[in-house]
Amino acid sequence: MHELSIAMSIIDVVSEEATRRKARVDAVHLKVGVLSGVVADALQFSYEMACQDTPLQGSRLVIEEVPIVVYCSRCQAERTLDSMQLFCCPACGTPSGDLRHGKELEVVALEIQ
Amino acid sequence: MTSPEPRLVEVRKNILKQNDLTARALRTRFRGAGVFVVSLVSSPGSGKTTFLEKTLTSLRPRYRVAALVGDLATENDATRLARSQAPVKQIITGTLCHLEAAMVEKAVAEAEWNLNDLDFLFIENVGNLVCPSSYDLGEDLRMVLLSVTEGEDKPLKYPTIFNSADVAVITKNDLAAAVEFDSKAALRNIQAVRPGMKVFQVSAKTGAGLDDYLQFLAQRLTELRSTTSV
Ligand SMILES: Nc1nc2c(ncn2[C@@H]2O[C@H](COP(=O)(O)OP(=O)(O)OP(=O)(O)O)[C@@H](O)[C@H]2O)c(=O)[nH]1
Ligand SMILES: [Mg+2]
Ligand SMILES: [Zn+2]
Ligand SMILES: [Zn+2]
Repeated sequence: MHELSIAMSIIDVVSEEATRRKARVDAVHLKVGVLSGVVADALQFSYEMACQDTPLQGSRLVIEEVPIVVYCSRCQAERTLDSMQLFCCPACGTPSGDLRHGKELEVVALEIQ
Repeated sequence: MTSPEPRLVEVRKNILKQNDLTARALRTRFRGAGVFVVSLVSSPGSGKTTFLEKTLTSLRPRYRVAALVGDLATENDATRLARSQAPVKQIITGTLCHLEAAMVEKAVAEAEWNLNDLDFLFIENVGNLVCPSSYDLGEDLRMVLLSVTEGEDKPLKYPTIFNSADVAVITKNDLAAAVEFDSKAALRNIQAVRPGMKVFQVSAKTGAGLDDYLQFLAQRLTELRSTTSV
């Protein structure tokens, strides 16, 4: 379980940005790849806990899960996988480990006032 | 008076940026010194320390090797690894269930090893198949170990860690028959989550399968040296 330390890193990143903009943060928008090693529910929970007694207390975490996208050499196209247990092109069945998306772990936007 | 409208502002910040930067700096240093760095991850008890002790002992006559070992609380693994006569440094992680790049950086500094005098540096991560996948340690090669007693479906249950690794090692092969380990299914599952992944099947106890693996490491060191010392 490392979601708590991830939550604290989010708070660091966001606090810095909020101070710079002299703004209050209502919500933090996050992209979390399904292969990032972070579980969205656990992160929600840890974030709430870690925000207590910080200027971010009460802010929301809006998580967008990013599916796995690989490049299929046969189709010569990026393909979205619907399972992380099977790294095969869903269109033609060719195995591919050429990962293009799915490891993201980033803050993408803030709702501020 | 109404409160100001909330605004949505775009920011792009990688949350693990600090770890990624530290790892990148480490990798540059390691490459510059010509040392090939290998990390080992697995669930608790898959045989990392046993396999690593064997690796260190086997490589030591021909190569200069050293090891870092992460453990939550004890120095047991470091003591076992030190039997190989190789320099070993313990990283006590306390409550943290994985290694991070900054911990590797600090341990390398404290150990006062001259990286230029090393051929291989091994890093045993804390036994954990979940969070180590998120943290780059600056290694050249990440090995994920899977023991025959854990079952063939481990790769399907933990695709993230298998996906973050470069090589898989099936360990404790001497016990395969006793636990009716289905090696074909295990290999199929590994390929499903990480197509093209190289797999070694070994027993640290009998030494079976170790030669191929040791040759592979030697080969990778040669490649590293030929790309860095142009
Ligand atoms: N039969 C057999 N037993 C092994 C082999 N390798 C390791 N073991 C045993 O498996 C147990 C765990 O091995 P360790 O090397 O301590 O495993 P580890 O992955 O380092 O464990 P943690 O660091 O605690 O996660 C020990 O009792 C070892 O003796 C092997 O190849 N064959
Ligand atoms: Mg160990
Ligand atoms: Zn295809
Ligand atoms: Zn952890």
